Amino acid sequence: MGTELVGEPLLTASKVADELKKCGITHIVWLPDIMVSFLTQELIKRPEFTMINTCREGELIPIAEGLIMGGKEAITLCQNSGFLESGDSITQIAQDLKQPLLMIVGYRGYRRDRSKMTDPPGIYVEPVLKALGIRYEVIEKDEDIPKISRLHRETHETRKPVVALIAWELAF
Amino acid sequence: MMESFDALKVISKYRGDALVVATMCTHQEWPVVSTRRELDLPFSVMGKASSLALGLALARPERKVIVFDGDGSLLMNLGTLVTITSAAPRNLIYFLICNGVYRSCSPGYDCPGVDKVNFTGFAKSAGFPNVYEFGDTDSLDKGMGAIMKQDGSTFVNLICAPNREYPSYPYVEPREYVDDFVKTVQSLPS
Repeated sequence: MGTELVGEPLLTASKVADELKKCGITHIVWLPDIMVSFLTQELIKRPEFTMINTCREGELIPIAEGLIMGGKEAITLCQNSGFLESGDSITQIAQDLKQPLLMIVGYRGYRRDRSKMTDPPGIYVEPVLKALGIRYEVIEKDEDIPKISRLHRETHETRKPVVALIAWELAF
Repeated sequence: MMESFDALKVISKYRGDALVVATMCTHQEWPVVSTRRELDLPFSVMGKASSLALGLALARPERKVIVFDGDGSLLMNLGTLVTITSAAPRNLIYFLICNGVYRSCSPGYDCPGVDKVNFTGFAKSAGFPNVYEFGDTDSLDKGMGAIMKQDGSTFVNLICAPNREYPSYPYVEPREYVDDFVKTVQSLPS
């Protein structure tokens, strides 16, 4: 398998960061992901965000929930493969404890034509979100960025977790 | 060897106004001895209590945050030790109930590596600035004053008897308590 990355994100990282700032986000609990690395590098530069690095994706949600319970505006950031790995945190914590939680998930394996997807995290992430009844939006280009604020408002209104899938076509 | 319940009785005398996250069997035993139930979150999600406590500690740095975790739980989320030391909260106290068994799962199976694992060593290697180990309640009682005054993340390994009996106290779901706990925490002066 080759290692050269083909494809570029269509999103402007600084605009996404500005949208998160508009939402009042204070803390970002994260683990590195190649799909959102372009965004993470921007977030790390911003003094308004406290970045909390973790060892495994299953930690993201409980740490964020602890921050939220303590009065902070925390979100999580990881790849869809790790998101799927953290199923227990999603169901027993994010969904059951009813704290407002926005999760940003890198959409590894994404293709605009979903029938062409071959990477399992890509194939399964949307069906799993649908099965869990979790509201999500695919954020692919700058015009999609306002959806992030709408998701953030929605999680505060409904007290249900929401997901922003950061998508761009990346091929190895 | 001490019983976990007796260790909790000792710790309860010293907790002051610390927030407490208690998991697995501790979430059933701690409410019996706690004198500040409004500052406690029973959190029966295995492996995740230390992570939630870390978030609370980072959100409320002016207040001590105590987590009671089990060795089986810690093994499920071993990276938490490094995540904690990487975030370096100064106010988190991690009490590990190290009894070598999955007490919450009858008949109380042994944890993996029960004769080999050294959690005190894990904590030191992960970079915890303050690490303690106690095997009896007298030593724990003598050590608690210093533990509560420590600046920096603190790990306390409580070597407890392998009690395989399921606690007789009620099981509670976190969702029953979380709203009141959140209201209380967010109303506390910062």
